Amino acid sequence: MLILKIIVIILLTPIAGGLLTGMDRVITARMQGRQGPPLLQPFYDVLKLIQKEAIEVNLMHRFYVYLSLIFVILTSVILLLGGDILLAVFALTLGSVLFILGGYASNSPYSLIGSERELLQMMAYEPMVLLTGIGFYLADKSFFISDIIKNNIPAIVYLPGMFIGFVYILTFKLRKSPFDFSMSHHGHQEIVQGITTEYSGKDLAVIEITHWYEQIIALVFVFLFFATSHISSIIVGIIVCLLVYFLEILIDNGFARMKWNFALKSAWLVTAVLGSVNLMVLSYFR
Amino acid sequence: MNFIKKSPWILHYDGSSCNGCDIEVLACLTPLYDVERFGIINTGNPKHADILLITGSVNEQNIPIVKQLYEQMPEPKVVVAVGICATSGGIFAECYNIVGGVDKVLPVDVYVPGCAARPESIIDGVVKALAILDEKQKILSGKKALAK
Repeated sequence: MLILKIIVIILLTPIAGGLLTGMDRVITARMQGRQGPPLLQPFYDVLKLIQKEAIEVNLMHRFYVYLSLIFVILTSVILLLGGDILLAVFALTLGSVLFILGGYASNSPYSLIGSERELLQMMAYEPMVLLTGIGFYLADKSFFISDIIKNNIPAIVYLPGMFIGFVYILTFKLRKSPFDFSMSHHGHQEIVQGITTEYSGKDLAVIEITHWYEQIIALVFVFLFFATSHISSIIVGIIVCLLVYFLEILIDNGFARMKWNFALKSAWLVTAVLGSVNLMVLSYFR
Repeated sequence: MNFIKKSPWILHYDGSSCNGCDIEVLACLTPLYDVERFGIINTGNPKHADILLITGSVNEQNIPIVKQLYEQMPEPKVVVAVGICATSGGIFAECYNIVGGVDKVLPVDVYVPGCAARPESIIDGVVKALAILDEKQKILSGKKALAK
């Protein structure tokens, strides 16, 4: 039964993530007054990339990307099976670190710059992700998601500041516009392609699929803020997830790319003010 | 099924042109023509590209650059020469530094005439290139099957 569940999670997560990306592209196009590609365009892109020739720089270059995918899949399995939230955060971080190592392994100046920028991005958003896990612990007295979703009061009641902070750093995780300096999906001319510069064919398809998983993982965190034992919380959670995603698309279209100093400063400021203060208040009263 | 017809990614390079055809290529991406409807994305990276759009003629200095861009693209790939300068050298054909059209350096698959080439005809050229890409993909997968 458990194996069946894991297989369903591994298969359905990227499909949901791909559909979300397709929706993103259509909505982005409509916001810019364009028709936009079909909803299934991300799937066409990935299937095409799988058919294409993959140019290999060296062996490790490809190896890191596949390892990164494995860790991101592990994260989504842990999260969706109701496992430990801290373990999920660490597995996700390891996935991102392996991706950065892949960028460094290619020895191309463009992907080196991309890797450095990705490291800065991780520095910016990682404290908030960790604080979110701690916040869930303080609110529900457990790191396990299966316990968090069983409580009677949604975590957002205890963690409003944490939620706003998490939505702020979601822009990094979803690679949306003000903070997408390591690799972007839209501004395809910026420092060529960042980390993905040297990847082609199957390897690029794997990166794309990894991103689909990451998107769902990010939205699962958003969902957790609204999850309760009551069945209606699922609907509320999904609606909030879609609203947050729409907000991210809006921000993506409304902002130009910021400099890395601003990204780092603002993300840390948000973490320090919203995250820490929320945590302090919570630990004092609960 | 060949998905390459559904998501052709474009790399465009401006040789020694007047920049006229170049901005017409970019005009295809604007809301009026919106080639993203067909899954076309303008990449800045040869390793992600399927179609190389070259505007302007080839001169002595950019021969190695054009060749390098072409060699970095993964198979299957096609070259589209956009505008009269890219097809034959155009009014610059007689210049001392101009080699001629792109076909003097690379195997060109589709020629798009015009000075400057209209966005409609550029899109037409890319659609023609898709049929060629499809054929090349079939040959490639045939080769792969033989190797196994």
